[in-house]
Amino acid sequence: MRMLKFLLWKELLQIYRDPAIIRILFIMPMIQLLILPLAADYEIKNINLGVVDHDHSEYARQLVNKIVSSGYFRLKDYSAGFPQALKAIESDRTDLLLEIPAHFGRDLVKDNQSSLLVAVNAVNGVKAGLGGAYLQGIIQNYNQEIRAQWIPEQRFEPQSVIEIVSADWYNPHMNYRVFMVPGILVMLVTMIGSSFAANNIVREKEMGTIEQINVSPIKKMQFILGKLIPFWMLALTVLTIGLLIARLVYGIVPLGHYSTIYVFATVYLLAILGLGLLLSTYAQTQQQSMLVSFFVTMIFNLLSGLYTPIESMPGWAQLIARFNPVSYFIEVMRMVMLKGSGLDDIKYQILALIGFAIFFNSWAILSYRKRSG
Amino acid sequence: MEKENVIVTNELTKRFGYFTAVDKISFAVQKGEIFGFIGANGAGKTTAMRMLCGLSLPTSGTATVAGFDVYKQNEQIKKNIGYMSQKFSLYEDLTIRENIRFYAGIYGLEDRRIREKTALLLQQLHMEDQQGTLVRALPLGWKQKLAFSIAIVHDPAIVFLDEPTGGVDPITRREFWSLIYEAAARGITIFVTTHYMDEAEYCDRVSIMVDGRIDALDKPASLMQQYNSASMDGVFLQLARKATRTEDLIE
Repeated sequence: MRMLKFLLWKELLQIYRDPAIIRILFIMPMIQLLILPLAADYEIKNINLGVVDHDHSEYARQLVNKIVSSGYFRLKDYSAGFPQALKAIESDRTDLLLEIPAHFGRDLVKDNQSSLLVAVNAVNGVKAGLGGAYLQGIIQNYNQEIRAQWIPEQRFEPQSVIEIVSADWYNPHMNYRVFMVPGILVMLVTMIGSSFAANNIVREKEMGTIEQINVSPIKKMQFILGKLIPFWMLALTVLTIGLLIARLVYGIVPLGHYSTIYVFATVYLLAILGLGLLLSTYAQTQQQSMLVSFFVTMIFNLLSGLYTPIESMPGWAQLIARFNPVSYFIEVMRMVMLKGSGLDDIKYQILALIGFAIFFNSWAILSYRKRSG
Repeated sequence: MEKENVIVTNELTKRFGYFTAVDKISFAVQKGEIFGFIGANGAGKTTAMRMLCGLSLPTSGTATVAGFDVYKQNEQIKKNIGYMSQKFSLYEDLTIRENIRFYAGIYGLEDRRIREKTALLLQQLHMEDQQGTLVRALPLGWKQKLAFSIAIVHDPAIVFLDEPTGGVDPITRREFWSLIYEAAARGITIFVTTHYMDEAEYCDRVSIMVDGRIDALDKPASLMQQYNSASMDGVFLQLARKATRTEDLIE
């Protein structure tokens, strides 16, 4: 115990002396949380639309008006023929091309049906997918409107139409910030936790001070705890700063209790720091440990469900996500923030994280050798 | 009266793959002795010392340090030794005082004892005025003297010094050696490796390692007589010329 006291005292003193750490601690969460949620938004706006109108009827004009007035599209190109319109896509001036065939209006009136061509530039998959879907929605909507105009007197429509009304539970306004901010906060805490811890032991290796520790009677367990506890405190500080920013800047107040978040974060950080310590026992230089922890946290973050739902990943990726501590934290953050979940609702995730924490830390203690072979 | 032995090795060997860094060395170091370990780069001095400190596991042979076995009781050995590695190893971002406190603390000294030791040490090193200075800002010679004092802050039975005076000016080296003599006078056994042959002459006994073996071991005066040389320099040159290794291949 007494040795641990001295190890902690030394570690905190070193952190306090290092201006870079203090700066990173405060500035990183601020910048990430102030900039990313505003920019990293799932909603797609400003889709550049090209139109080829072979019809020039009133109906065609109405349709284009409706699309442009939706706010998602900007009419950037109005070509006479398909080849020119395709050129606009190729030169990146437009993302989406709508071709209205000749006699569109006439067919609509006469045959009660007509067709349109939508061509999408799918280089940016997200933009293409969403843009296409928006456009279809608008066209469908337009279709409903003209049907209503033509057959007002008819009580029963010849073709039954299912109308879908959706209610968005837990985030009724589909506010992306409420969704993104907790996730970004998790990413931040993870990055700080793992790379700081990993770099720290490696730094002692580089400086040669680890030899002095290894030749002393300090136990492996004490040494690892002496590294774990200070960085655990640092990461919780970053979490607190982040939660404050979320509340003060974005007005995000969790529906559940802050205590639930902290209980989970406590266990979570033990797991993440354990991983960082584990990496550090294998790395010989800070460069190695930085690159490896960067690589690992990047995969963890991308497969965490922050950007893309885990449910839509292929089976093998879903399996990886089960072994990804980050995905659990993001899930819990959203549950507590948006649904107001309590400790009882997240007990499965807590158990999983306790497992991770024991696994990584035991491995780190086992692989840290005071004596070389 | 024969003094008791604090280090005893018998055919101690360390191999890295096919390379034999330390080749069946056998020697004994007596309590309170200043024992010099001399050899060219790559002769195996550091490896031998690391085995004795419990930092490296021997391949074969036996050794006891302060009465403890290097294979099984390496953690007990660590309580009884001090070690100053070739690489400077104090915390540069802590002050002189903080370094003393930290190392005294992890060796289990009580608070009162730490305070006494700190005061004594600062006075001995004439560093009272600089006690709040970060170690980073100290000249190399000061750092080395501080590192030595900290290596013996817990009054170990033996202190291992791996080229403690490398890169230090002659005046500081002399001061360093007077610290070593003071420690030896307090009964601490000194095990020191060095490149400097004048330092070899300060030792009670020296062993000369060539290619992982101990080729000579005696009092400096006896060695000079035996090899018919006026200085340790001459003795060393005669022995080291036989070496076939050139590079420093330690780990």
